[in-house]
Amino acid sequence: MVSAQLLNPEQAIRLNTVLHFYFKPLSYGWIALKASLLTGRTIDQGRDKELSKFSEEYMKSVAVCYLDPEDMKKLGIRENANVRVTTNFGSVVVKAKKSLRGPHSGVVFIPYGAWANTVADPKTHGTGMPSFKGIQADIEPAPREDILNLEDLIKKHYKKV
Amino acid sequence: MIEENVVIGVKNACAVSEGKFLNYRNHRLLNPLVRKNGELVKASMDEAIRRSAEILADASYPILYGWSCTSCEAIRVGLELAEEVGGVIDNTSTVCHGPSILSIQDVGIVTCTLGQIRHRADLVVYWGSNPWSAHPRHLERYTTFTEGRFQRTEWGRYVSRLGSASSVKRFLRAAKLTLKRVSRIPVGSPTQPEYELSRKGRKMIVVDARKTRSADISDYFIQVQPNKDYELLQALRVLIRGEELDVKEVAGIPIEQLEEFADTLISCEFGILFFGLGLTMSEGKLRNIDAALSIVRDLNRYTKFLIMPMRGHFNVAGSNVVFTWQTGYPYAVDFSQGYPRYNPGETSVVDILSRGESDASLIVASDPVSNFPGEAVQNLVKKPMIVIDPHLSPTSIMADVVFPSAFVGIEAEGTAYRMDRVPLPLKKVVEPPECILSDEEILKRILLEIRKIKAER
Repeated sequence: MVSAQLLNPEQAIRLNTVLHFYFKPLSYGWIALKASLLTGRTIDQGRDKELSKFSEEYMKSVAVCYLDPEDMKKLGIRENANVRVTTNFGSVVVKAKKSLRGPHSGVVFIPYGAWANTVADPKTHGTGMPSFKGIQADIEPAPREDILNLEDLIKKHYKKV
Repeated sequence: MIEENVVIGVKNACAVSEGKFLNYRNHRLLNPLVRKNGELVKASMDEAIRRSAEILADASYPILYGWSCTSCEAIRVGLELAEEVGGVIDNTSTVCHGPSILSIQDVGIVTCTLGQIRHRADLVVYWGSNPWSAHPRHLERYTTFTEGRFQRTEWGRYVSRLGSASSVKRFLRAAKLTLKRVSRIPVGSPTQPEYELSRKGRKMIVVDARKTRSADISDYFIQVQPNKDYELLQALRVLIRGEELDVKEVAGIPIEQLEEFADTLISCEFGILFFGLGLTMSEGKLRNIDAALSIVRDLNRYTKFLIMPMRGHFNVAGSNVVFTWQTGYPYAVDFSQGYPRYNPGETSVVDILSRGESDASLIVASDPVSNFPGEAVQNLVKKPMIVIDPHLSPTSIMADVVFPSAFVGIEAEGTAYRMDRVPLPLKKVVEPPECILSDEEILKRILLEIRKIKAER
């Protein structure tokens, strides 16, 4: 795996194009971006959770990851591409969105929700409060993977016994 | 607006409230559900209450969690229930402003009600919170964009600023396009105009790790590196005391900018610092709040400065208040010894779940399956779980007993506390559907049933 920080955007894009062209089946997982993951509230998340957590709108506004446009170039992905976010605590596939609030290279944002929490840090450091912000994460393109809907996500991660 | 017991329109509400009032009837459960042979099936109210009473009566260390989206009256019954079954009762502030509470207990807080701020505050600082998205009417009703008795609204200024910024952008773009053809003179890209912090009138400053929507409308934005809030706060404390720092930048912010910020903080007449989960959730947690509370204490040597946490759910402040007047502690109260015990980090729900100690749970008006970290949820769903919630949530599909309840403030009356701990009565605007009870009534019936079971034994 090549760390995206080592490459400049042009190199990354060129490398990505070559990889995608020649080694399409292998291309996934070659370039990863090391980033700091923040989670938080957005107005769409607040509105759509009142609609229903199982609604399509909620999924559209929550199962997303806002990336800096520069970082997206480094990863060689376009808007609405699927990306896999991996932390020490889990891994989840979400949709990449261009952040309008940049520049914030190296910082990615996922709204509060089940998708963000499958990768959140459960350690509370004795305060009762898990760490939901500033988690070290790897972002990689995941063109061949689907984003799970809420019910499947929960059934996949948690089993009722 | 109501027609035939149905809400058809909402006036004067924010996007979140409108979503709540207009969509509360969709995706709704109308019967209690009980899990039989691994499937959730419809059941009668009596059956569901009997089943949940059995679960709680058999459990030796149940957790009772949620409480922030229900009325104070229901919370009071919940506390009685917790004492009866000898469990741990915790509210959502444990994953929200729990560290703030711990820190307030350590350091103390200088605070006020929102009306004070509306009329008097001339400097509003939002630290690690995004009111535009999370508290949509906060700016309009209580801070910068409201017309107070002694402070004017900044709305007009903001609109003109927005207009001028967009015309500058348009002009620059036109210049760029024409000049590109004529010569190769580089034209500057549109930059955010600098705002004077020394001007008179209300000012709004946002400090955040991310340029949020609130940052866009603020007079001054400071972008702190993630997890570096503590350094920044302590550096500011040094500057406020009039001492000098020997470094070029703190948390990614040049020292000149910090000095300007410190000057603004000192020179205001009435300042308020609102802090959000940006402080409580990042590294340092309660120590970040310690620093924030201390900076406000320091500032009060020079001027009037106050601080207030930005609470989330509509009655999260109320749950802290009710917990405190019933047990003496605001959250994470353990009744397993027969008397209330409080030790966040040990008796808080996420820690209990991470250690896998609980053997049953009652979730009221909350959705821990989507909001807790994975490891904690894993242990939560393994054990019997009872859910009382008006919504159908991810937690209800993993539960053993599900009670649909009436929405407080729409279908049921109740009391809720605003974020500044002002109690407000909530109205009932429509009748709930048949056979749907309020949270309070369901809890009361479960409590009665548990007492009956215990008497039989």
